[in-house]
Amino acid sequence: MAYLELNNISKVFGKTTAVEDFNLQVEKGELVSFLGPSGCGKTTTLRMVAGFEIPTGGQITIDRNDVTNKSPNQRDVGMIFQSYALFPNLTVAGNVGFGLKIAKKPAEEIKKRVAEMLDLIHMPEYGNRYPYQLSGGQQQRVALARALALSPDVLLLDEPLSALDAKIRVSLRAEIRSIQQELGITAIYVTHDQEEALSISDRIVVMYNGHIEQIGSPFQVYNFPETAFVASFIGTLNAFNADIIDPKTNSIQVGNVQLITEESLQDRKVGDKLMIAIRPERLNFSSEQKKANLINCQIENITFLGSIVRIEVKTGETHFFMDTFNNPFLELPKIGETVEITCSRQAVIILNH
Amino acid sequence: MTWLSKIRKVPFWSWFWFLLGVLYFVLPLYADFEFSLKMERGRLSFKAYEMAFQDPEFLRTFSYSIMLAILTILVSIALVVPTAYWIRLKLPQARRIVEFITLMPFVVPAIILVFGLIRIYSSPLEIPFTSIILIQPLTNFKIGTNILIIGGYTVLGLPYMYRSVDTGMRTVDVRTLTEAAQSMGANWGTIIVKIILPNVRTALLSGALLTFAIVVGEVVLASFLGIPAFGPYLFLLGQHRAYEPTALAFTAFLLTWAAMGIIQLVTGGQGQAAGAH
Repeated sequence: MAYLELNNISKVFGKTTAVEDFNLQVEKGELVSFLGPSGCGKTTTLRMVAGFEIPTGGQITIDRNDVTNKSPNQRDVGMIFQSYALFPNLTVAGNVGFGLKIAKKPAEEIKKRVAEMLDLIHMPEYGNRYPYQLSGGQQQRVALARALALSPDVLLLDEPLSALDAKIRVSLRAEIRSIQQELGITAIYVTHDQEEALSISDRIVVMYNGHIEQIGSPFQVYNFPETAFVASFIGTLNAFNADIIDPKTNSIQVGNVQLITEESLQDRKVGDKLMIAIRPERLNFSSEQKKANLINCQIENITFLGSIVRIEVKTGETHFFMDTFNNPFLELPKIGETVEITCSRQAVIILNH
Repeated sequence: MTWLSKIRKVPFWSWFWFLLGVLYFVLPLYADFEFSLKMERGRLSFKAYEMAFQDPEFLRTFSYSIMLAILTILVSIALVVPTAYWIRLKLPQARRIVEFITLMPFVVPAIILVFGLIRIYSSPLEIPFTSIILIQPLTNFKIGTNILIIGGYTVLGLPYMYRSVDTGMRTVDVRTLTEAAQSMGANWGTIIVKIILPNVRTALLSGALLTFAIVVGEVVLASFLGIPAFGPYLFLLGQHRAYEPTALAFTAFLLTWAAMGIIQLVTGGQGQAAGAH
């Protein structure tokens, strides 16, 4: 049995189903991200784990204990909010020690634990400051220390970095991940930022419209998306409707382009429709790979994006995006020029729906 | 830039309307103050103040009103803080209804309120369809009348107390702070006492001081319920004497200003969150 289990969880608000048939098993020490667009049910699910919402159906267990109907203060769960939620009337030390005081721990123990936590977040000298005297990043680190002070069974993070600027977001997410791994704490991380989810998680739960689209490691979710939504939501993608032209050779037709995929089409018929996807970085100019898919096309547009250069090409009515690493000595083709691009058979992914 | 050059930069009409407003407010006060100093013929003195403060009835009624004011403030806080908190947290749809109710004292005169209170509570409370008396008429005994007047004062102070507390709660993220405290094991009582109250302290103080001012000067409820409070005393004094009531009225103004000063001092011109600690 997994450490944290969500079995057939659903949540209905009036006539709206926010979460439907949600099943997830999280192992101890694992960090799982809920990723999806606004309104997909990720925060509602997190709030059900925290106890702020009671599920309409299903069961939540933490370390084999059924907590489904327990109030938030009866669950051993730490929570970090997007808006930090530090108590403005308490100092940093007061905030970090708040839970310990509620738990009626001895004053000496509280003092020691607060000092430990402030060391953990590299803010030992900030104990006497008030929240309004700290920057956003510092406030969120204090919120992390506060949530961890009680050594909770599960740490819940609700878009903790959304209110911070880009640079601090990157450094703080690395800090959160490092602390989570150091303490071996089980964590659920809600975000709508795919880069954040990909960089911080052991596994990602991609959600859409209240249900799970795919669960997998960042590598799996990015490279082998199972649904059109996952493919389109994570990273940039070339997605097309295609027709099967020869199931035996796994050949498909996209517009006027014929492609071969590595995935088996043996159980399908000629003329069957399906959806395929190719990541832009899997397309390239050279045709070194044998039996690779070869596409004759025209350069439509070139966009410089810093570390990569995105090239839009067109063949017939079909448009592709192709990413290539930026290289100051790379000679890029000109707009309107005809080029040949290739991709491997493995690059052509069949999407389920 | 000197203050003089700053003043010169403000347009003429702005100064005109500002000074007109100041005169409208200050002149009656000045007239009141000057009149209160003229008790002794031919010279200005604080004789009226001396006489007013020496009257034992003044101290008795004033201390009684202060006691009523403190009790009213405690009842108001106990009623308004959880109500405003719960509405912000769980029942935002009830906010308009509660706001309407809290505005009722502006529409319903105190005389109507006191007649209503007397009408209802001058009869014993009986178990329906029996003649078993649960509570004797509240108007029949002293504690009962005091309960009635504190209830009445709580209603009169409701618009100020509710609005102050509600505004205070608007400046803090009540919902998230509550959830953060809950996730750390706090129960409702702890959340209200340790998190919500300290963060709306300034708002509470504003509401409390306004309630204090209302209770200390209130005449109608106290007169009709026969309470020996400061308001009726001042009213009666005004019917028989000229200078002492004026001196006391001016003192009341000073007390109000002192109260305003305390609010400014406590808030320090800062926001709610910064002023909370």
